[in-house]
Amino acid sequence: MAVTSKELATDALRQMWQIRLFEEAVEDLYGRGMMHGTMHLSIGEEAVPVGALRHFREGDALTSTHRGHGHCIAGGADLGRMMAELLAKDNGYCRGRGGSMHIADVATGNLGANGIVGGGVPIAAGAALSQKMRGTDNVTICFHGDGSVGEGAWHEALTLASMWDLPVVFLCENNQYGMSMPASKAFKVEHISEKATAYGIPGETVDGNDLEAVAEVVGRAVERARRGEGPTLVEALTYRWRGHSKSDKNLYRTKAEIAEWRDRDPIARYAHDLLEDEVLTQEELDAIQAAARQDIRDAVVFGTKGAEPTVEEMLAGVYAPTPEEVQA
Amino acid sequence: MSRTMTYAEAVREAMALAMTRDERVFLMGEDVGIYGGAFGVENDLYERFGTDRVRDTTISELGIVGMGVGAALMGMRPIVEIQFSDFTAQAMDQIVNQAAKLHFMVGGQANVPLVIRAPGGSGTGAAAQHSQSLEAWFAHVPGLKVVMPSDATDAASLLLAALNDPNPVIVLEHKLLYKQSFEVPDEFPVARLGEGRKVTEGTDLTIVATSIEVQRSVEAAKILAERGISVEVIDPRTIRPLDTALILESVEKTGRVLLVQEAAKFGGYMAEVSATITESEVFGALQAPVKRLCGLDVPIPYNPNLERAAVPQVEDIVEAAASLVEAW
Repeated sequence: MAVTSKELATDALRQMWQIRLFEEAVEDLYGRGMMHGTMHLSIGEEAVPVGALRHFREGDALTSTHRGHGHCIAGGADLGRMMAELLAKDNGYCRGRGGSMHIADVATGNLGANGIVGGGVPIAAGAALSQKMRGTDNVTICFHGDGSVGEGAWHEALTLASMWDLPVVFLCENNQYGMSMPASKAFKVEHISEKATAYGIPGETVDGNDLEAVAEVVGRAVERARRGEGPTLVEALTYRWRGHSKSDKNLYRTKAEIAEWRDRDPIARYAHDLLEDEVLTQEELDAIQAAARQDIRDAVVFGTKGAEPTVEEMLAGVYAPTPEEVQA
Repeated sequence: MSRTMTYAEAVREAMALAMTRDERVFLMGEDVGIYGGAFGVENDLYERFGTDRVRDTTISELGIVGMGVGAALMGMRPIVEIQFSDFTAQAMDQIVNQAAKLHFMVGGQANVPLVIRAPGGSGTGAAAQHSQSLEAWFAHVPGLKVVMPSDATDAASLLLAALNDPNPVIVLEHKLLYKQSFEVPDEFPVARLGEGRKVTEGTDLTIVATSIEVQRSVEAAKILAERGISVEVIDPRTIRPLDTALILESVEKTGRVLLVQEAAKFGGYMAEVSATITESEVFGALQAPVKRLCGLDVPIPYNPNLERAAVPQVEDIVEAAASLVEAW
């Protein structure tokens, strides 16, 4: 494993732990009836967003999915405001209007999670179009799942983005299932990245549970985009340990399969490599995990202290005020 | 001073004005470049502004609306042309689930200043998939604004207003109006969205009509005047938000109201206007039941006689108005 620095490794590990522990906290709060609605957990997939967003700079943008907590955290979102949003509070990112599926942090370029499979893919292409038209070297990272590859939106976005050489990285998190539909059954190609050929753009498949490998492959795609050479389709192979959402009885896969992927835990694997390569000591690894745990505790405290949103503010929030309305 | 211009030329001039004044404004659509637009609206715009700002797209309605959403989120002011309003059906996810909801859903962090222009209406022999009037679909969705210009000045003024608005605005043009000439002012005023217009003054009956039915209603009003019936024609111009005050004030004065739309009747927009009137304090001023004159509840047919029969014509308006006044 080629780790560039102790600092990068520490940040990456802490973010992966934050994602894991954030989602475990969410699961716990939900189980105890303290959180309502639904959410989609990405436990087991943490290396993809953390590796991919190592290259994220000011002015870059990302679009996320219904399984988006990891993208959000790796993008640098505030854990407290995220937790407050899931707790439906007024101090959440969406003022309690969006919940897990709609968290965005627009100020930092996170254009938002999306409740519609494939919904963010054309939006990402549009963000990249804006970056290109303004003459910047910024890029957009478009996280999407294997499920969205079946959507027309995905095809239309790749068609237009490749035609115009837009600076976007289509990052397919292939977690093996579109709800219950296995990717192996859904697609006749061995790798989703092969579909890139149809758009005349590079496609590459990477082990999504290997953080440094993800960082390297996405890094190449980002550099290509920054040079104005257009989009890349990256497929990161990973696995969601939990069900699709709260209603999932896991009838479509075996316990053995889940256990096999749990053995490929991206966090344990990264920690093991860091220890073996003497980048970090066991004490340091433990301290990173403990710090992340404290981050999540603080987030829960922040979230639970939030105020209830009001009906009046909700009604005022449907339309953005026009310049005249702002003046008045 | 005034001049003469077609409705299509007015749309083109407004787009050119907007692109000249604001470098964030650009146009995307199918065949809007060298072809000049399916209805000739764009004409030489691509020569004047270049292919970067007048973008010919692939036939990908969902993709281009989604890219419009993404570019708008990043601060651009995209105009997306959908070649026939019927094809918005291909783009509904991006219009309804994304554009309309994003500002609200992310707690006001982002705006979607997207303008979607689409020609609707029948009368060209294009049959059922190229002739619909779908305004009720859009008007029903909180978060969208919807305008229906009925003449050249409004085609420009409402478009300029839409481009100033921080919200997604659907501009439903009428394909029969494109080639019609109108007197227009030397400089197009910027309309205020939500402000209707009293087209004719009258005392016996109010007609509220949209799009091409406005001029048919004005024509009918002239015939009715010869029969001693004084008609006040109201053009809401913006159907969401609706200028309720203008309509109620007129109905209170005349005591009778005929609501005219080209769209099929069942679940149509004028049902909303009817309910707005009957739920209001002017209910007591009504001397007759509120009457709707709408398109028949059929897909628009190909046969020219059937096509004509499928939507309100001048003689239908005359008859409905006269019977309303004479019977009550």
